Amino acid sequence: MTKGKISLVLRLLAVGSTAAAIAIMVTSHETAKVLNLSFNAKYSNTSAFVYFVVAEAIAGGYSLVSLLLSCMMPARRLVMTMDVVIAMLLSSSISAAVAIGQVGKKGNSHAGWLPICGQVPKFCDQVTGALIAGFVAAAVYLILLLCSLHSLLALKP
Amino acid sequence: MALDNGGKPAAVHESMPISKALSSRVLLALRLVAFLATVAATVVMALNKETKTIVVATIGSTPVTATLTAKFQHTPAFVYFVIANGMASLHNLLMIVVEIWGHKFDYKGLRLAMIAVLDMMTVAVASGADGAATFMAELGKKGNSHARWNKICDKFGSFCDHGGGAIISSFVGLLLLVIITALSIGRLVKPRPAALSPV
Repeated sequence: MTKGKISLVLRLLAVGSTAAAIAIMVTSHETAKVLNLSFNAKYSNTSAFVYFVVAEAIAGGYSLVSLLLSCMMPARRLVMTMDVVIAMLLSSSISAAVAIGQVGKKGNSHAGWLPICGQVPKFCDQVTGALIAGFVAAAVYLILLLCSLHSLLALKP
Repeated sequence: MALDNGGKPAAVHESMPISKALSSRVLLALRLVAFLATVAATVVMALNKETKTIVVATIGSTPVTATLTAKFQHTPAFVYFVIANGMASLHNLLMIVVEIWGHKFDYKGLRLAMIAVLDMMTVAVASGADGAATFMAELGKKGNSHARWNKICDKFGSFCDHGGGAIISSFVGLLLLVIITALSIGRLVKPRPAALSPV
């Protein structure tokens, strides 16, 4: 039953990438002193990054639960609907984090917002790594949706 | 729904056409409302522009004014918002047309599957747009004291209001799209034939 194995591997990959994203984001922390002003950059300063961490945690937890449940009893339509909801959550969290990250990296001259990556480069790099892991998780979930749909179609008489 | 009462074969065959027509009517109505919501979001955000003239300095007796504009194109998140909601409304329109007039076309029995796949992809795209736009709007409304980013909503109130309205409308459209996706997936699995039931 290779379809089931592909689904299990994808869910395992999703658990791994969400865990990596959370770990990298939470440990990103840098303090910089610029002209007597102390710049303390943490992920919790921005609500978008907090939402990112929370959403990845929910997705990782759901992946773990569905990994265990799919071994025991397949409730395919429920799992597929929940997969859509979690994919939506992951997609919105990565989009929000990338949007705020883009403002942090390039600034927004129209609004008078200066980029902060020049002052805290290590923080920026770690956030970029976490966002890449989050993007991998979102992509994995989209592939998982297609796989579930394929396996659902195979059930049709 | 007719998919759960597999006990009586005759009753299943009688009630299936009625509940199937009702569920497809409900689906069509939901798609129509979702289409209206996403079109409203696209149009309101695309036309979102505010110009403000402020006096920067005074030379002698003539004031020197500077014109500041707030447009949605200034923020990549809002550009993505407009594009994604435009795509979502096109998808909804296409699905409405297919529901009403497309029952003759069936490509190897994959019509319902294609509809479900397209629904899921649209949910993914639209949810990304909503998330990004919400957090950019929150940044514009509250600023970020840690990064020294000032809020802009106190100067451009109308821009912020219109943007907020567009985001709310897009959220309504997204919620309806999720319900529609669940219903489309539910239509994919045919009810188990009565011959297979153990009774």
